[in-house]
Amino acid sequence: MDNNQPLARLHRPHGLSATDLGFAVAVLLLIAFASIATDTFLTERNLVSMSRQIVTNGLLSLGMLLVILTGGIDLSVGSVVAFAGLLATGLQAHMPWPAAILVALTMGLAVGAVNGILVAHCRLQPFIATLATMGSLRGLLYMYSETPQYPVDPLFRSLLGGGFIGPLPVPTLLFCMALPIVWFYLNHTVSGRAVYAIGVNAEAVRLAGINARRHLMAAYMASGFLAALAGVLLASRVGVAQPSVGVGYELDAIAAVVIGGGILGGGGGTVIGVLGGVLALAAVDNVLNLFNVESYYQQFLKGLIILVAVLARRKKA
Amino acid sequence: MESLAVTGIGKSYDGNAALLNVSFHVERGTVLAVCGENGAGKSTLIKILSGATKPDAGALSIDGAAVVLSGPREAIDRGIATVHQELSLLPHLSVAENMMLGKAPRCRFRWQVDWREMYRVADQVLRDLGIEAIDVRQKVSTLNVSVQQVVEIAKALVGRPQVLILDEPTAVLSRHETDALFQAVRRLARVGTIIIYISHRLEEIFEISDRVLVLKDGELVMDAATGALDRDALIRAMVGRPLTAIYPTRRIRLGATLLECRNLTRRTVFRDVSFSLRAGEVVGMFGLVGSGRTDLARALFGATPADAGEIWIAGEKVRIATPRDAVRSGIAFVTEDRKRDGLALDLDLIDNAGLATMGNVARFGVLDRRRRAAIVGAKLEELAVRPRGTSKPVRQLSGGNQQKVVLAKWLLLNGTRIFILDEPTRGVDIATKVEIYRMVAELAEAGLAILLISSELPEILGMSDRVLVMRGGSLVADVPRAEMSMETVFARAAGISTDRISA
Repeated sequence: MDNNQPLARLHRPHGLSATDLGFAVAVLLLIAFASIATDTFLTERNLVSMSRQIVTNGLLSLGMLLVILTGGIDLSVGSVVAFAGLLATGLQAHMPWPAAILVALTMGLAVGAVNGILVAHCRLQPFIATLATMGSLRGLLYMYSETPQYPVDPLFRSLLGGGFIGPLPVPTLLFCMALPIVWFYLNHTVSGRAVYAIGVNAEAVRLAGINARRHLMAAYMASGFLAALAGVLLASRVGVAQPSVGVGYELDAIAAVVIGGGILGGGGGTVIGVLGGVLALAAVDNVLNLFNVESYYQQFLKGLIILVAVLARRKKA
Repeated sequence: MESLAVTGIGKSYDGNAALLNVSFHVERGTVLAVCGENGAGKSTLIKILSGATKPDAGALSIDGAAVVLSGPREAIDRGIATVHQELSLLPHLSVAENMMLGKAPRCRFRWQVDWREMYRVADQVLRDLGIEAIDVRQKVSTLNVSVQQVVEIAKALVGRPQVLILDEPTAVLSRHETDALFQAVRRLARVGTIIIYISHRLEEIFEISDRVLVLKDGELVMDAATGALDRDALIRAMVGRPLTAIYPTRRIRLGATLLECRNLTRRTVFRDVSFSLRAGEVVGMFGLVGSGRTDLARALFGATPADAGEIWIAGEKVRIATPRDAVRSGIAFVTEDRKRDGLALDLDLIDNAGLATMGNVARFGVLDRRRRAAIVGAKLEELAVRPRGTSKPVRQLSGGNQQKVVLAKWLLLNGTRIFILDEPTRGVDIATKVEIYRMVAELAEAGLAILLISSELPEILGMSDRVLVMRGGSLVADVPRAEMSMETVFARAAGISTDRISA
């Protein structure tokens, strides 16, 4: 019995596996092909816009990674993106824009805390708990958006969504900062190691005298916060917030984590892997757009990529 | 008249041999007992015979014809039925449905289940077993565990197997039910069924079997007629050495009372349990399945807290509501199933052994990974965990080495005064067992209080200064060393008078 659990055996403590390398090579080949076959791919304009586009899914995927590592899932992130965007823009009628952003980010933390309480303290299944917050938040969102929108502060757009520091757009820079922070958290903090261990065997963690609930809460709150940050940045890029934004974003984030080697149910997943997953999905989107492939095909292809990724990582028994 | 022959069977997991070149043959109508300590290879042998695992080497043959089992289904089709130790019934289905799972009788139209026939056949099989009190229409979830075990056995008999493998079938049975089972076993043997019987209980082996195989460290070390054996010879074959060389002698120096529990109660599990442990004392705890001994240990550790009662540690009343409270009060707990709740199997040795002490090597929540690796690595080296190297997942270690990682986790903790060990040598090779016993003795000599829970009586008797016996959720005896014997302890645990056992 105990020696025949092929799925639980997935473990790559060090270095890259052949599968990881295979994926990296495939993405590089795709990029090389796009660079040669089009004269639009390898332009500054395209690369910069691509680097902006990965921010939303990138931040969501980092949060999703933390939650998936604990053995859970966070379906509420798409709704949080929309809610944070609405708050960050809508509240500017009543307060300065930095304060509005602060409220939006706090809301993200709060939603994460609610998810965390439902999962860690009420012991609901993460799928069900976050499905509930996803739905109710989306409803709340439409109620709130009934109130008329005011024009946003121009600084909000030019500093964040439209801003540059050096050659890099501000949102991209923030995402690049989030990567090492999450990596450090997972590999070098007590809480991060506990998050890993909880996903592998929560009971063993609890019986080691560790307050597992606190670390579960931390993972969900981080996910909520990162989703709110993604929502604020998205709103500042677009300039307006709509209640319908972010539907299905949670699925893209889950896809990126899984393509990057994450295991639903816990026990596997790395920041590098997630970055790879995010970049791969974005590259595919971008290249298909450049070739004017219709979006149905894009979705179909994304599904195929997820399938190939999961099948390739399945260890033979 | 040869019937089942096994030649040169071998199997290894992750490089550790679980079974090595085992050969034997059994004739029809024989009750063959298979003995051996935990980890001796019994369960691997059962898995191979029942088609759950394929052997790396060797062959099976039935009535002289070679058989290759591709899976459990084929084993059943070939007439080899297995009753596993763990119950595999589906609680929300009826007794009859469970017994006829996958072979439900059909009506004229193939898609329609013939319920009447199903109930009739199931009822008949139970009657043949000598059981008449079970309504086959009842849901399994309404039955108690021992009745479920009977249903499990009846299920194996539905296909009229040629070979019936029983893995610890009496673990949850009462004496009366055991008698009924033995009668059924004898009846099956009379009509030519081969029974392969695995049990820890030596008394049962002498009562029911015709022949005994003894496995040790994966090898067949004895194949003899039961009548030609006595207890001592059997134990010697299983353990490989006389009992005295296994358990360490230690200087017993008792100190103050370290742990005391008063009227500890957890509704429906145990009630009114009071006892105390002194510094330097090794106290054994014995009880049959369902006696509440593990639940009591979990309550002392706060894993599933007690509803009522008091816990005092070193003269102070403490409140233990979570494992965290227990660890802070100086209690360490080695759980009975290290895979289920002792280890994170996919994490490496450092993460596992250092799990309880991350706070000691962290500042503001940031780990000093190098220091942690040095400290934890030194402890693993001290315990001689093999193979060396700390970066592989603990899943790849043998049972004995996994247990050492669990022990390292608790030994690294400073300020531990009370060690609760629940089946610390289950699934552990004999060499590691001896090391664990020595470690326990050393901890006691260093002034810790040890509560040693075990279902292996020799271990309890060999290690303990006194034995607490649990039965049906109550502490029924506190046996001092002078009165400790297999018979007295077992009799108190089973709730029968001593003469009944020796009779």
